[in-house]
Amino acid sequence: MSKGESPRGWGAVLTLGVLLWVFFLILFPFLGILRETAREGWRAAFLTLGTPEALHAFRLTFSITLWAVVLNTLGGTLLAWVLARQKFRGRLWLESLVDLPFAVSPVVAGFMFILLFGPRGWLGPWFESHGIKVVYAFPGMVLATLFVTLPFVAKEILPVLREVGTDQEEAALTLGASPVQVFFRITLPSIRWGLLYGVVLTIARSLGEFGAVLVVSGSIINSTETATVYIHDRFTDFQYAGAFAASLVLAAVSFLVLFIMQSLLKRRSQEER
Amino acid sequence: MRSEGQHRGLLLRSFALLYVGLLILLPIFAVGVKTFSTSPARVLHELFTPVALASLRLTILTAFAMVAVNVVTGTATAWVLVRYRFPGRKVLDSLVDLPFAIPTVVTGIMLAALYGPRSVVGRVLGRYGIEMVYSRVGIVLALLFVTFPFVVRSVQPVLMAWEKEAEEAAQTLGASPFQVFAKVILPALRPSILTGAALSFSRALGEFGSIVVLAGNIPFKTQVAAVYVYGEMESSNLEGALGVSLALLLFSFLILLLLNLLQRWSHRYE
Repeated sequence: MSKGESPRGWGAVLTLGVLLWVFFLILFPFLGILRETAREGWRAAFLTLGTPEALHAFRLTFSITLWAVVLNTLGGTLLAWVLARQKFRGRLWLESLVDLPFAVSPVVAGFMFILLFGPRGWLGPWFESHGIKVVYAFPGMVLATLFVTLPFVAKEILPVLREVGTDQEEAALTLGASPVQVFFRITLPSIRWGLLYGVVLTIARSLGEFGAVLVVSGSIINSTETATVYIHDRFTDFQYAGAFAASLVLAAVSFLVLFIMQSLLKRRSQEER
Repeated sequence: MRSEGQHRGLLLRSFALLYVGLLILLPIFAVGVKTFSTSPARVLHELFTPVALASLRLTILTAFAMVAVNVVTGTATAWVLVRYRFPGRKVLDSLVDLPFAIPTVVTGIMLAALYGPRSVVGRVLGRYGIEMVYSRVGIVLALLFVTFPFVVRSVQPVLMAWEKEAEEAAQTLGASPFQVFAKVILPALRPSILTGAALSFSRALGEFGSIVVLAGNIPFKTQVAAVYVYGEMESSNLEGALGVSLALLLFSFLILLLLNLLQRWSHRYE
């Protein structure tokens, strides 16, 4: 571990270069949208957030996020536990499969659910004949979000579970604790920071997911328009005030998420020391 | 007692397999089923239409352009963050993750607002003939934004764990700082740089939100593969969307394979 020093000579040039690059690439666009919103008028922009369409969009995003977080936290924890604690054939395959959602384009992810549950899809006609609407409706949007956020919790917990090992768990079992007690008293406390970090990542991605949700939503105003789809639809309709205002809200949430992520990482490294 | 535990383990494993099976395997399976139930020949034919191929070519070209820049800027950023102490270092370190937290569609809107023909920056650039919106340069810019963290975050931990002895030995033997970097440090960083590059490339192949807003949807000019798939779906051409989707899925599998190999390679440096 190197301690680092003040940059001198070429080092100073490099540092300045990196700072300028990050400023122009990442921070500059924020200034751009602030200026353009000011041009549209802050009041007008702010008022668009109170329209029924905007409120509905944010409420929908919120409920999709809630579903995705609850289901993927449970499923991801279970999956990571099975991958870390059990030996079975095909375990390595399963572990690579978990990475897949990150490699697949969100549009293709959404499209796969259309191929599955759409009117011309594989299982779509069966569901339709039973009166269950999956795509172009809420369940499909939750499914698409679940797909794209599936790896976060599992991938954050898995290395932690492997590192803490099974010594304490086995000791507790020998002392007569039930498997459920062992999970809640031993396993869960040791993975809690990883779990929380995974949950925060899942929240961030669910709030911001666009491609996959757009494809399965059919973007019906006041029905299947999420916050990101609302932003896209307003922008392509030249309603800039609405698009910018909602974008600023999501950007503010992103900064908050980033802040939480940083403090979680800090807490985690402090406890590990 | 033991068999009860085994039963419980089996039950939990079945739930885990069901979870992955329903959410990941079933949708992939549906792609295969639909390809064969419509007509594989038709799907292939759609993939090899000039528009579809042009969208794939543009996607790969812009992804390579992005990777070329990101490998340099990402490694430089990781280097500066690990090696130097300067005011604003902590802020810089947190800012690196910002692109992962920002929704892609918001990225697209921000870039369009900043570089659009209505803004000051856009007009100034336009005077010099640089078009960011509805152009390929804009696509690369959007990709650079959304993939910025990958190379930095994969190189940074390797640099932090790096022991300076070899470097100092090379310095004592009279190597210049640039020689030390190129001959001593860079070879050790190679697996992590490549991992970051592969991750950003994979992300770039599928990127949609930022590009659809910024670059528009001009066939042969600014239409990337993901946008093409979306367009074909909107116009109810299922086969057209299927063809390019299959190509994108194939790329995804290949990159996952490459990443697995890279991981094995980088273990040798640990």
